[in-house]
Amino acid sequence: MSDVHAQSVGWVRDTLIDQQPPPVTEAGAVKWVRSNLFSTIPNAILTLAALWVLWRLLSGVAPWILNGIWDAPSLSACREILDGATGGCFAVLAERWNQLLFGFQYPSELYWRPMSAFLLLFVAIAPVLFYKTFPRQMLIFTAIYPFLAYWLIWGGSLLTPVCAGLGFVIGYLVYARLVTQSFAMGFFGGIAAALVFWWITGALNFTGILMMERVESRNLGGFMLNLILGTVCVSLSIPFGIALALGRQSDMPIIKWICVVFIEFIRGVPLITLLFVANVVLAYFLPPGSNFDLILRVIIMITMFASAYIAEVIRGGLAALPKGQYEAADSLGLDYAQAMRLIILPQALKISIPGIVNVAVGLFKDTTLVSVISMFDLVGMIRGPILASTEWNGVYWELLGFAALLFFVTCYGISQYSQWLERQLNTDRR
Amino acid sequence: MADTAVETPSPAKLEVSDEVAIQITNMNKWYGTFHVLRDIDLTVHRGERIVIAGPSGSGKSTLIRCINALEEHQRGRIEVDGTVLSSDIKNIDTIRSEVGMVFQHFNLFPHLTILENCTLAPIWVRKIPKHEAEKTAMHFLEKVKIPEQADKYPGQLSGGQQQRVAIARSLCMRPRIMLFDEPTSALDPEMIKEVLDTMVELAEEGMTMICVTHEMGFARQVANRVIFMDQGQIVEQNEPEEFFNNPKNPRTQLFLSQILGH
Repeated sequence: MSDVHAQSVGWVRDTLIDQQPPPVTEAGAVKWVRSNLFSTIPNAILTLAALWVLWRLLSGVAPWILNGIWDAPSLSACREILDGATGGCFAVLAERWNQLLFGFQYPSELYWRPMSAFLLLFVAIAPVLFYKTFPRQMLIFTAIYPFLAYWLIWGGSLLTPVCAGLGFVIGYLVYARLVTQSFAMGFFGGIAAALVFWWITGALNFTGILMMERVESRNLGGFMLNLILGTVCVSLSIPFGIALALGRQSDMPIIKWICVVFIEFIRGVPLITLLFVANVVLAYFLPPGSNFDLILRVIIMITMFASAYIAEVIRGGLAALPKGQYEAADSLGLDYAQAMRLIILPQALKISIPGIVNVAVGLFKDTTLVSVISMFDLVGMIRGPILASTEWNGVYWELLGFAALLFFVTCYGISQYSQWLERQLNTDRR
Repeated sequence: MADTAVETPSPAKLEVSDEVAIQITNMNKWYGTFHVLRDIDLTVHRGERIVIAGPSGSGKSTLIRCINALEEHQRGRIEVDGTVLSSDIKNIDTIRSEVGMVFQHFNLFPHLTILENCTLAPIWVRKIPKHEAEKTAMHFLEKVKIPEQADKYPGQLSGGQQQRVAIARSLCMRPRIMLFDEPTSALDPEMIKEVLDTMVELAEEGMTMICVTHEMGFARQVANRVIFMDQGQIVEQNEPEEFFNNPKNPRTQLFLSQILGH
């Protein structure tokens, strides 16, 4: 073989060259640093400046965190231990941990109740958020959860949330019977049936039957309150927002007009005004002595506020759909409800996910505004009872930093979930 | 226009029954003050294959969109399969489920697989059990020659394939009448043939079809009647042979010379 090579002009390689590592300057960390940090002179200057800023930041913050005191009865005790050195006084978090989470009036022997409601929340939302992973049967628990959570957090007779739930079931049954004749009849008949049922059962006194110790709304507080408001308002405002968005597109002038006025009015008013209305003004309109829960009033206001925003986000999604989708659904003989549920909304909602999440995250953070109407949520607790106490007067950074961290973790989680969901639903572009 | 030749029996062999499928009497439509359709009278018998031609803006698409009430007409009467089109929603939905429609831009549902696109309406409108609807869907997907794409999404298919799926989707409702609204106008030339082949096959099975198209080869081979529209009116209608070889109206002559003359 080899002698053939030697004599011919043509040439065939008979040994292959093994892979060689590239020169040091062209691979690995060195290459990365060169091309990303020091590629040009201005780039190098910026890199050095950034390094210097980072160093200053870290040298300030790191000792503050690392030297932090986690065990002290008060701020002055903290300062004594630190003895002039830099260091955070995180002892306030340890000492007031339960207050930060549950408020200062929730009975401490009942902390297990909101805690279990919190843990069950994950079981309840799992089949909604990860609908492909979890069995559909779990949705039954999701439907029961709101009533169970109410009972766990507020206590009282089990029959109260059971009747509230039964009202929905009865309303639905009446709706299902009447809807075959006409939608309007089913809709209003269902609502009327549920209201009548609630009115009758509301007059009954369940005291003593299947009781758990009752906790009044004004005794709720801390991050628990933010979570309650956030979860309830987000999950209510999405269906209301969808209804408003569809109503705004309706051919029926009265429905359209109501939706437009509602959306434009609510969007034009600051949330804090609505909260003051909930707190003070509503009381004038209600019959004296009527026990209309403050948290319920706040939930109604925040939900109205958020659903107006979500309605506009979803309207954007609806407008982004090509008209052909409506026509194709129509031409196949699907009725309005079917076309919306099966064709239009799945696509419109998918487009609207970033906007909805934006509203949801904003709404969740806005729940701290209730501290202004003297409810003791996380921020309310910090500003009120904790900072006002003689022991912890002046511990701003640690407390507010902690609040920021809690909210950041929750909101970042929501945002990451939404991005994952968008990738899951991305079917039209491979 | 390229003559996308397809071998077919001559249109005369396909039977047309005496039964009336669509009866349009003195129908008028306005967009605002613009008079789009003027005094349309048209009777379509069961088994007829009608091609509607005409310059753009002549109201061809609007006419067939009135037949399944995607557009409202303001005056006159449309009767489909014995049901008079009124503003009653139940009435409209009944007609729509009997009349299949294929659009220029396919209008498949991008969030559903091909199979789901085909089974959705039978399951929800006809209340057919899911497995049965899937069997029907696969039958029609085989007929349009893309059963292997059943689990893909519309975005993964070519235009021609998407249009064939759209035809299959309509057929799954077992319609008695099919409307085609420029089904090949958004397609690349090499994909036009595969869609036309499917339509020819459908015609051979005796489907009542109304087709708005610029494919004159298709009209010549499949149609038993060609209708020419201009300015919202039916200007001329005739058997394809006569229509193409011996057009009477000067507008028709001009139109034909323009589209066939290059």
